[in-house]
Amino acid sequence: MSRLRQGGLIDRSRPLSFSFDGRSLAGFAGDTLASALIANDVALVGRSFKYHRPRGIFSAGSEEPNALVELGAGARREPNTRATTVELYDGLIAASQNRWPSLAFDLFAINALLSPLLGAGFYYKTFMWPAKAWEKIYEPAIRRAAGLGRASLEPDPDAYEKAHAFCDVLVIGAGPAGLMAARASARAGARVILADEDFLLGGRLNAERCEVDGEAGSAFAANAVAELASLPNVRVFSRTTVFGVYDSGIYGALERVGDHLAEPLAYAPRQRLWRIVAKRAVLAAGATERPIVFGGNDRPGVMAAQAVQTYLNRFAAMPARQIALFANNDSAWRVGLDIARAGGEVAAIIDIRRAVAPTLTEEARRLGVRILLGGQVVSTSGKRLRSIKVATEKGVERLSVDGLAISGGFSPNLHLAGHHGGRPAWKDDIAAFVPGRAPPGLLVAGAAAGRFGLAACLADGVEKGAMAARDLGFHRKPDAPPRAEDEAAAVEPFWRVGASRGAAFVDFQNDVTAKDVQIAHAEGFRAVEHLKRYTTLGMATDQGKTSNVTGLAIMAALAGRSIAETGATTFRPPYTPVAIAAFAGHHRGKDFRPTRPTPTHAWAERQGAVFVETGLWLRAQYFPRAGERDWLESVTREVKATRASVGLIDASTFGKIDLQGRDVGAFLDRVYINTFSTLPIGKVRYGIMLREDGFVMDDGTTARLGETHYLMTTTTANAAKIYQHLEFCLQKLWPELDVKLTSVTEQWAQIALAGPNARRVLRAVIDAGVDLSNDALPYMGAREATVMGGVKARLFRVSFSGELGYEIAVPARHGEALANALMEAGRGYDIAPYGVEALSVMRIEKGHVSGPELNGQTTARDLGFGRLASAKKHYIGRVMADRPALRDPARPSLAGFKPVDRVSRLRAGAHFTALGKPAAIEHDEGHMTSVAFSPSLGHWIGLGLLARGSERIGERMRACDPVRGGDVEVEICSPVFVDPDGERLRV
Amino acid sequence: MRIPCPYCGWRDAQEFAYLGDATVERPDPAAADAPARFHDYVYLRENPAGPHSELWRHSAGCRQWLAVRRDTTTHEIIAAEFVRGRGARR
Repeated sequence: MSRLRQGGLIDRSRPLSFSFDGRSLAGFAGDTLASALIANDVALVGRSFKYHRPRGIFSAGSEEPNALVELGAGARREPNTRATTVELYDGLIAASQNRWPSLAFDLFAINALLSPLLGAGFYYKTFMWPAKAWEKIYEPAIRRAAGLGRASLEPDPDAYEKAHAFCDVLVIGAGPAGLMAARASARAGARVILADEDFLLGGRLNAERCEVDGEAGSAFAANAVAELASLPNVRVFSRTTVFGVYDSGIYGALERVGDHLAEPLAYAPRQRLWRIVAKRAVLAAGATERPIVFGGNDRPGVMAAQAVQTYLNRFAAMPARQIALFANNDSAWRVGLDIARAGGEVAAIIDIRRAVAPTLTEEARRLGVRILLGGQVVSTSGKRLRSIKVATEKGVERLSVDGLAISGGFSPNLHLAGHHGGRPAWKDDIAAFVPGRAPPGLLVAGAAAGRFGLAACLADGVEKGAMAARDLGFHRKPDAPPRAEDEAAAVEPFWRVGASRGAAFVDFQNDVTAKDVQIAHAEGFRAVEHLKRYTTLGMATDQGKTSNVTGLAIMAALAGRSIAETGATTFRPPYTPVAIAAFAGHHRGKDFRPTRPTPTHAWAERQGAVFVETGLWLRAQYFPRAGERDWLESVTREVKATRASVGLIDASTFGKIDLQGRDVGAFLDRVYINTFSTLPIGKVRYGIMLREDGFVMDDGTTARLGETHYLMTTTTANAAKIYQHLEFCLQKLWPELDVKLTSVTEQWAQIALAGPNARRVLRAVIDAGVDLSNDALPYMGAREATVMGGVKARLFRVSFSGELGYEIAVPARHGEALANALMEAGRGYDIAPYGVEALSVMRIEKGHVSGPELNGQTTARDLGFGRLASAKKHYIGRVMADRPALRDPARPSLAGFKPVDRVSRLRAGAHFTALGKPAAIEHDEGHMTSVAFSPSLGHWIGLGLLARGSERIGERMRACDPVRGGDVEVEICSPVFVDPDGERLRV
Repeated sequence: MRIPCPYCGWRDAQEFAYLGDATVERPDPAAADAPARFHDYVYLRENPAGPHSELWRHSAGCRQWLAVRRDTTTHEIIAAEFVRGRGARR
């Protein structure tokens, strides 16, 4: 055990057990998986992506490139989880990845021997030919050898949700700067949200031995958090990563609600995706320590210096027995001193600098720590680190160590500040990029802004928090920042040990070495974005948090340019990976989008309906009966029953728009090609609407219910679009018209009753005193009435089927009762409920156009409605419909088709060619749009758009369907197959 | 993105439907050169880098069509007003 006997911010009264690669281990509440592994002396935790090199834990935060594990089991198994951010819970199961047969002995480690072949660009240079081998041999082989964890192939058992939050000031990060910013804003009266990815707030205050206002840093942090949590105008979100900055002050955040539990609570989601709308924000995300590049710098046991400090102070876990430090800055010295003070053995502090602040060197000497100034680590050895070689001016020395803490300086976590495209600026004095132009309303504070001292962070936090509040009108003189000292923070830029031996890694997660950067340079991929894509540097799930700056600094040196000239790559959301499930939220499976059942859905279910999705609607497709072999048999029976006696269908899905006002008639004249201002009260008229470009947009019937009251129907598919279009016309084009409109699609259930016995059935449900005679309510008549003993209803004598028909509308809640009443009334007439298939068959038999014909490429003339268009008025689309090409008589126009042999099946989508001509595009004369088996005629029929189709009745063509192997000789006929004179409609 | 609806206040852009350029005006269909002018109205659009006036409808709110002034390079929303003129009847 390398757990220290005392100290740390863990709860020793709450031991937890967990397993790693099947080994049962123990930790405490307050541990991360990484700290618990370190406390159990587990150094080897995974194999690398490409070379399968053994890897350990490098960092103590979300920047972790190495310690990726599979977490959980079964459906909850989650690959590539950073052990450094996983909060330990009892029963946690974790496993190492990318190794076979075991972590200690991995066969694919042979890749490391092949590494000279696998460098940058190897995909492009190797496996060039034969091309076919790519898919069958190379790619599967590479995929097996490379890659990281395995996804669970089972459905995700957990729930996710999305939520909105609003605040004046959002503070991102709860370290010293963030806590002070939140406190300053909150004390001024602003509504504040404070978010931090960690489960314990305080940032480096919990990881370093420091004093603030005379108390330990961690105690100060706890008190500050307690104060904030007690304020009514503050919300504190722990375990919450703000991952992106979007437009208008919207921030994306992921709250891990249940990830620290074996299973999420029954009433809570696993994760919650927040859309936080903040008037101002303070980015206080701290900084990330960079590694130094030298041979074998990836060996388990090599760790970021600050991570060693975190494990030591926060988790009371000593990562190694003998630790050396290798750095170019002052911060690492304090890590060495912390180790020594905690009783650890510091083998040496190796600093590339020849002069270091005396306060540090004196303290190190006092603690008996060996100092090697001007030294560089040139190589390491051991599967788990056993020794390092250090070069100084006196020569090369071998040190026996099992831990090496490295620090190449710090990169401010400025990612979010760059999400709107602002480029970071290089600062030589701190050897780091600092934020450039930040998104509007975002201030950057503390280490994220390149201010590294503790006192500076606290003061900057107070200042930025107060500034954000003041901007919003919350004036209060900010309190003096808490008392603290600025530590020594000198740094000398240093990236890479030139004289080192062995693979020297820049990007641990994608196995990108210094040599790969050299190759990229030699081959001309010198721009940072090219470097990134050619070598994959920074393209792993860690997005290069520890590697980007080092990589581009090495490239800058190779190219003889400054880092400022070289520039940085672009930062994009998300800051850390976000599961797709969190973005999906509730929108999964059947909830992917809303379902709109019709008002008679339950009734249709009881009738045994098979349902079909039409847009969001779920409609009855057909109603199979016992003994029927397939849908066609059921549909044929429904059509025959309707045409012979009576049938009914729910027609509520058509869009219904209520229009009222003095100018509705004039308005309709402008949006329909035909005239509606002359429509008498109590009448219905069919109309066609065009788009402004002259093509047909939609069709439907509109009834006049009163002097100033019309009711429009649209097709089901276009209901929302037409409503929006009408609103546009009224508000933008003709605001002077006195018209009000609203959608009433949801308010009315509408049932179409069709067939020669329709009137008799309707009479049984209509209340006494309503005259249904042909004179009182003729074809295309409309009236109000009551049904079923006082239920308000509207009757429209319209027909899509071609039979005597009525559409009866009642308030939606009465829809099911109406369907039941009609069924009861129709029992003596063998009434048949029919679905959208039978509806479609009957409309094709009658030659009515529908979606396949109203396809956005047809004109009113193409569809046979040329004579409907009024020449006496202006309407939308008229000018453009008059273009010569749209008036060309050779355009495809609507015609009917039947197979010459009468037994062949027609197929929608078949193309027409002249007899004897090959089925080739140059002979194409149009296509079949809709087909049906006609029960009335006993053979297949079709509607289609054929060049000059309406003039060619009687001619024969080929209908070619090469995809399905169909080639049928067809006869062109009138598109109206049944009752061409409309006698049945008018009885 | 958020849009300041004159009725409803600042609302998320997800509540709005987008149509496009608000600067084009429907020509007089009775004009002698109506075909040419309608061609431009239907097909020609400016694509400015910078402030642009666009049509948005507050579909999940007050259902009003708005002319929204937006900077296409930064997505900054500069202003939003009803397309129906001030003098028009509500």
